[in-house]
Amino acid sequence: MSEALATATPLDGEALEQRLIELTQQGLPLVPHPYHQLAGQLGVSSEAVMAAFRAMQARGVVRRIAAVPNHYRLGFRGNGMSVWDIPDEAVREAGREVGALDCVSHCYIRPRALPDWPYNLFAMVHGRDRDAVHEQVAAIAQILGGRVRSHDVLFSTEVLKKSGFRSAAT
Amino acid sequence: MSESTGQYTELEQRLLNDFQQDLPLSPTPYADMAARLGVDEQTVLETLAGLQACGAVSRVGPVFRPNSIGVSTLAALAVPPPALERVAAWVNALPQVNHNYEREHEFNLWFVVTAADRDELDAVLDQIEAWSGCPVLDLPMLEDYFIDLGFDLNFAPQGRRQ
Repeated sequence: MSEALATATPLDGEALEQRLIELTQQGLPLVPHPYHQLAGQLGVSSEAVMAAFRAMQARGVVRRIAAVPNHYRLGFRGNGMSVWDIPDEAVREAGREVGALDCVSHCYIRPRALPDWPYNLFAMVHGRDRDAVHEQVAAIAQILGGRVRSHDVLFSTEVLKKSGFRSAAT
Repeated sequence: MSESTGQYTELEQRLLNDFQQDLPLSPTPYADMAARLGVDEQTVLETLAGLQACGAVSRVGPVFRPNSIGVSTLAALAVPPPALERVAAWVNALPQVNHNYEREHEFNLWFVVTAADRDELDAVLDQIEAWSGCPVLDLPMLEDYFIDLGFDLNFAPQGRRQ
């Protein structure tokens, strides 16, 4: 990670943002001045680091700055991936409605992979146990009503790896 | 291996619950958290380090929009159950793979693949398909509806340990 120090010209713009994303996707350093530490690592001023994060916030590249809990570890063992086959012309509105529900942490439109995979709307539903998730999935089915051609919910039996870039996916 | 949330101190519970969405962009985020909690900064740093070490906190920091760097897809494999452990371990070892979950379904292995560009992503998916002998579902995000404000971890009913 030291190649940046050898760079002749100081990082700025997109190159600086890329390096900051790489360095912070697993979290900020747990030190009193984390952005100063990043600045030192990259050989730029802390003002430049703060400005880059402000710019990324303004463009929506940084959605928020947060302490991200591991729900599974905290006892939310339900973790159901609900998947829905919604007609293409209705799926965006359905996504907006489902994504706004309290029990849903992430909601995505994805392509179908026919014939094996008919579902185009994914909503991650969290609950303390499977019964809680099933109840929430039933409530979502009611909200979506006749737009649902079919649906399913996939429970995770094991978290095999959780690392790296991903904040907001699955 | 926390089965219940009751094992967390009140300070730990607040660190877990109260900062899921809106840490300000400040040069001293941990001092800011400390001020909100009425404790000192060193206590916050030590407690967060402990929560990260035990896995209760994934990380403290910026949450990036998907595909801000490179490209990614959600991939799934239907692995014959006897081979699942072996295939999962092999897939896990790929540096481009994260968020690997075993799920109860014919498609029983779900993971996110991230790469610098679509060509590299396709190459990784081809490699997985060739090695595992299982066709890969390639389900890239087309749109996301991201309201995620964090949700109430609701510690209170679990009882508190001071």
